[in-house]
Amino acid sequence: MTTNHYTLKVNGKEHQVADAWAGESLLWVLRERLGLPGAKNACEEGECGSCSVRIDDEVVCGCLVLAATAVDCEITTIEGLAPEGELVDVQEAFIEAGAVQCGFCTPGLLVTIDKLLETNNQPDDLTVREAISGNLCRCTGYGRILEAVNLAAAKRREATS
Amino acid sequence: MTDIQITSPVSAPRIGESAPRPDGVPKVTGTFTFSSDLWHNNMLWGGTLRSPHPSANIKSIDISGALAINGVSAVLTHTDVPGSLLYGLEHADQPVLAADVVRYEGESVAIVAADHPETVRRALAAIVVDYQVTAPLVDPEAAEQAEPIHPDGNLIRRLRLRHGDQNIQGEIQVEGTYEVGMQDQAFLGPESGLALPSEDGGVELFVSTQWLHSDRDQVAVCLGLPPEKVRFTLSGVGGAFGAREDLSLHAHLCLLALHTGRPVKMVYSREESFHGHVHRHPARMWYRHHADTDGNLLRVEARLILDGGAYASSSGAVISNATCFAAGPYLIPSADIDGAVVRTNNPPCGAMRGFGAVQTCVGHEAQMDKLAAALGMDPVELRLKNALKSGDKLLTGQTITGAAPVAEVIKSCVDHPSTLIPSDDMMSLPGGAGRTADPHHIVRGQAMAVGFKNLLFSEGFDDYSSAICHLVDGVATITCACAEVGQGFVTLAQQITREVLGVEEVILAPAATATVGSAGSTSASRQTWMSGGAVQKACEAVRQQLLERIADQHQVNLDDLVLVDGQIVSLSGNFSLDLATATTEPLEADIEYHHAPTYPVDENGQGDAHVSFAFAAHRAVVDVDPELGLVKVVELTTSQDVGRLLNPLQAVGQLEGGASQGVGLAVMEEVLVTEGRIRNASFTDYLIPTALDMPPVEIAAFIEQPEPGAPFGAKGIGEPPSISSTAAVVAALRDATKRELPRVPVRPTDIVQLEDDTP
Amino acid sequence: MSITIARSLDHALTTLHENPDALILAGGTDLMVQINRGYLNELSTVIAVNRIPELQGWKQQDDTLVLGAGLTYAEMEKSDFAAVAPALAQAARTVGSPQIRNAGTLGGNLGTASPAGDTLPVLAALDAVICLRSAQGARRLPILEFITGVKNNARQPGELIEEVHIPAAQGHQEFCKIGPRNAMVISVASLALIVDQQNKKVRLGLGTVGPVPLRPAEAEEHLSTNVNWAANTVSAATLDQFSTLAAAAARPIDDHRGTAAYRRHAIGVMARRTAARAFTEETA
Repeated sequence: MTTNHYTLKVNGKEHQVADAWAGESLLWVLRERLGLPGAKNACEEGECGSCSVRIDDEVVCGCLVLAATAVDCEITTIEGLAPEGELVDVQEAFIEAGAVQCGFCTPGLLVTIDKLLETNNQPDDLTVREAISGNLCRCTGYGRILEAVNLAAAKRREATS
Repeated sequence: MTDIQITSPVSAPRIGESAPRPDGVPKVTGTFTFSSDLWHNNMLWGGTLRSPHPSANIKSIDISGALAINGVSAVLTHTDVPGSLLYGLEHADQPVLAADVVRYEGESVAIVAADHPETVRRALAAIVVDYQVTAPLVDPEAAEQAEPIHPDGNLIRRLRLRHGDQNIQGEIQVEGTYEVGMQDQAFLGPESGLALPSEDGGVELFVSTQWLHSDRDQVAVCLGLPPEKVRFTLSGVGGAFGAREDLSLHAHLCLLALHTGRPVKMVYSREESFHGHVHRHPARMWYRHHADTDGNLLRVEARLILDGGAYASSSGAVISNATCFAAGPYLIPSADIDGAVVRTNNPPCGAMRGFGAVQTCVGHEAQMDKLAAALGMDPVELRLKNALKSGDKLLTGQTITGAAPVAEVIKSCVDHPSTLIPSDDMMSLPGGAGRTADPHHIVRGQAMAVGFKNLLFSEGFDDYSSAICHLVDGVATITCACAEVGQGFVTLAQQITREVLGVEEVILAPAATATVGSAGSTSASRQTWMSGGAVQKACEAVRQQLLERIADQHQVNLDDLVLVDGQIVSLSGNFSLDLATATTEPLEADIEYHHAPTYPVDENGQGDAHVSFAFAAHRAVVDVDPELGLVKVVELTTSQDVGRLLNPLQAVGQLEGGASQGVGLAVMEEVLVTEGRIRNASFTDYLIPTALDMPPVEIAAFIEQPEPGAPFGAKGIGEPPSISSTAAVVAALRDATKRELPRVPVRPTDIVQLEDDTP
Repeated sequence: MSITIARSLDHALTTLHENPDALILAGGTDLMVQINRGYLNELSTVIAVNRIPELQGWKQQDDTLVLGAGLTYAEMEKSDFAAVAPALAQAARTVGSPQIRNAGTLGGNLGTASPAGDTLPVLAALDAVICLRSAQGARRLPILEFITGVKNNARQPGELIEEVHIPAAQGHQEFCKIGPRNAMVISVASLALIVDQQNKKVRLGLGTVGPVPLRPAEAEEHLSTNVNWAANTVSAATLDQFSTLAAAAARPIDDHRGTAAYRRHAIGVMARRTAARAFTEETA
C-alpha cells in the first residue's frame, strides 16, 4: 500500500500523520491515528452527520474528507469544542434537557448546533430542524435535542447581551 | 414509636426525580468510549467475508491468495472453529462461519485479521469461494410446504391459541388482511469490538451488546473454552433496540485474537451492519373480528405468519408475543388465533423494540376502526367499551392481576388538546424542501390507536438479574452486568442506590462477566424492573448488614435504627452515626433477583405465561398530499401506563424516541428484500426520520398506578411507545386519504394508487 | 493512490495533463463514498480541486451568469444567489444534508452525472453551458450534450469542469423534487420550470426520470404558446395538457426508490403545480 505523510491542525494543535494510506478519510485518521474518536462512524457515506467536524468555518462530514487533502486547515472536533475540563453552553444544555441517550449522534449534533447558534442565536423551530436534518438520532426522536437547542440559544443570548 | 420527620439534605437526586445521566459529560465531550472507539497497541483489524448469495452450497474455499497478501495475519474458515460450529439465542442453529451451505445473503463465510482495514478489504477480496447457487426460498407462505432449507426444518414455531367458546359468531363481522414490512433497528453505533488474548489461553472481549452473559456462554461453546476463560466487558453501546441481542462479530473477534495472539478490532460498515444483525419480522396477518350490534367484542380470529429468515434467533418468543397480543388490549371472550414463524432464505429476523406486538397492533387497530365504521360507532367509544382492565382475562386465559389502565391511557390521550401551530411554510408541508405542495394540496387526518405487550421474559423462562452492592467510607459501588444501551439504566441505578442507602456518591463498576452474574438482556422492557430490582435488593441487603453491625457494636436496638440521608439514627433520637464513619469497614451484598414465576402455554395457547403488561395510546395528526402520496406526521400525542415514574426526563426521552421509530415504520422504514437480497443496505436508502420528519410528541399523561411486585411499582417503559405509534399514524393516513392502506410502511404509491403500478 | 492538492487552475491542468485519467476530487461527497467502500483501486491518482481560487464563487458577466465549478450548494442556497437563480437555489437546498451542502459542488454534481443529480434538471431548463478546460485549451458544451448517460459525461481525459454559464432569463423559476423523506433524500423525480418572460418561453427540465436530464419540447411548446403572456394567466385545460405532455416525456425506470409509473405520474403533478405557481390559473 502506498503511504504518505502530512500534517493536520486539529483543535489548535499540529499532528503529524506518518505512513498513512492515501485513501484514509479524515474521520478515520482522527479516530484511529490521532486518538480523537469523538467524531463518530455511523454510516461513512455522508448520510448521518455523526462525524460532523468543522473545517475552517464550515461543518462537514469528516467521513467525506480525504484526510491528506485537509492540510492547512483549522479542523475542530467535539474534543475541541470546549476548553479541557469545561463545557460550552450547548453541551450543558444537552445534559440538562435530556438530549443524550446512547450518545452516538451527540458529538456530531453538538458541532452542528454550536455552529448554528454562532450564526443565529434565536433560531425558530423550522430553522433548527433544517439545520440538524443531516444529523440522524435514533434514540430521542429529536424532542429533547430541540429543547436543548432552545436552552443553549437562550444561554448564548444571555451571554452576549 | 415517636413519629419523627427527617428532612432530606441530600442534593443527589433519588427516585422520581430527573437525575442527570452519569455518562452525560463524557458523552457530550466526545470522551465516552464506544466499542468502535477502542484501540490497542499492536492491534490488528478484523473483517468478514459474507455470502453474496441468499442460498448456495459451498464447494470450496481457497484462502491462499488472501494469506499471501503482505500484512495479513490470519484467514479463518469454519474448519478453524475449535468448539461447536453452531450458536443461537434460543436454538443453536446458526454457524459461526458457514461450512457447506449459506442460507442468506450476508452470511459469514470467512474472517480475516490484518494490519489495516484496507489490507483486510483486499484480503477478503482475494478469498475464492466456489458457490453452487441454489434457488432461494423467499415466500414465507410457501416455507412450510417447501423442502427444508435447514436440518431443523422450515417451521420455527407455531402457536395455536383457542380461547373460550369456539362457536360464537358475531352479528357484526369485519375482516382484513394486513402486512408489515421488515424494519431495521438502525442504531447509529455499528457493531464493533476489541478482543484480546489472555495469558491463561482464554480471551477478553470488549463489545457493545444487550446481554453479556448470554453472548459469553454462546461464544465459549464455539471456542471450546470454559466460560470463565471467556471474559466479556461491555463497551459503550451506540443504541441497540433488539439488534444486539444476538451475536454478530463476537465469536469472530475471539477466534482471530486467539489465533493471532494479538488484539483484534472489528467495526462493521453500515452496509455490513444491515447484513450483520437481525431485523423486525415482516408479517402477514389476516383477521376477522366479531361483535354484537352494541359494539361488544365477541370473538377474534386471526392467522399470523412471520418471516423468520434463515435462522431462529428469538423468533419463537416473537411469535408467542404476536399471538398472545394479537387482538390488542381488549376483553374478548372467544379467540382462535394461529401464529407461525417460518424459516426462509431471507435475512434473519429477531428482536426489535415491541417484539411481535408492533406488527399485530397494526392489524388489530385497523380492525377496530373497521369495526367502528361497520357499527357506525365512534372508534374511541368502541375501544373504551372493550378496554381491558385489571382482573380481566387475556386471550391466554391469564387474569391480569396488576394495573391495566387501558381506558385511562385512551381517554387522557384523546382528550388532550392539540397544540398544533398552523404553518404555511413549504418546509413544513409534506415534501419539505422539495417544494412539491402548496397548502391547498394538503389534506389532514387524525386518528388514535392503543396497544400493549408483556414486560420481562415469559413462558417459564428463569428470568433474573444480579447485582453487587459494595459500601465503604460512605461510598457505594454497584456492579451489575446490565447493558446500558442509552436507555438510562446507569442513572436509575444511582437513583435507586441513593434512595435505599441515602448515600451521595454511587460508583458504577464496569459491566462484565468476570465480576458479576448475569443481568439478563436489555430487552423486553425489563431492566428497570429486573436489574433495578437487583440493585434495590443488593442495597437493602447492605443496609440490613450495616444496621445489624451498628446495633451490635453500639448496643442499640436494631428495630430502632434507620438509615437516612447519610446518617444512621435511632428513631428514639438518642443515637446518630455518620454513614462514612460507620462504613470504614466495607460491607457487600451479592444478590440474584428473580421475578414471579411464569408458565408455558398449553396446546391451546392457554396459561399464565406473563408477569406484567404495559399499555400506551397514541393520537396522530398527519398532513397528506394525496396526489403525490407524500406525507408528514405533524403531531403525536401519547399516554402511557408507567406504574410509577422513576425519572421523568428519561421517561419523556423513551416516549419520544420510541414514537419516532413507530413513525418511521409507518411512513418510510423498510428493508427491501427481493429474491433474498437486501436492496437498500445503507442510510442513503434505508430512511429513518430526520428532525424534519418527526413531529413534536405531546405527552398527555403518564398513568401512575404502581405495579404490584415491581420494584418501586415501576413498569418498564421502553417498548410501548413503539407499538401504538405506528398504528395511530397509519390510521390517521387512512382518515386523510380514505384509502384502506393495509400495508406498512405506507408508500407514496399506496396513497396515489396508480393503475398498473406494482412496487 | 497518490494525491495532489491543486493550488491553481494551471497546477490542476498540468497535473491532469500528466495523469489524464486522474480522479477529480471536489467536495468529496460522491468520490469519498466510493473510496470508503473500497471501490477504487490502489493505482488511482486523485487531484483535489477544492482549493483552486479560479473555480470558486459566481459572478454576473454581461447577460451571463458565470458559476465556478467549485461553487458549493450552501453558497447556492444563499439569498444573493437565490435572487439571480432561484430554481438552482431551491434545488441546492434539497441536496443531501447541510453538511453535504457545505462541501458538495456544482462541478461535482456535473462530474458525477447521476440521473438523480439535483441541479441537473435545473441546468437543463436554464440552457446551461458547461465550460471544460484542459492544458491544451477550452471547449463549451450545452448541458444536454455534456451529460451523455447514467453517470457518464463528455469530459475527456485531461479535462476539468471549469465553469457553468447560464444565459440570463427574467421570469418565474420553480424547482420541485420528490423524496419519501422530508430531508436528506435522493430524488425520486424532480422538475425545474423556467419562465423566460422576454422571449415568452417556458422551459422545463426533468430529473431522475431518464438516464440524462430531459427537456420535454412538446410540453414546453404547448405551455409557451398557450399562456396569456399579457395577463400572466393560463387555462386549466392548458395546464392539464402541459402536465400530460410532461409526464409523457419522462423515461423513468423502476428501482428500489420508486416505480416508473409513480415517477411519470409525479412529473405530471409537479409540472402542473409549478406552472400554476408561475401563471395564474384562469377561472372558468
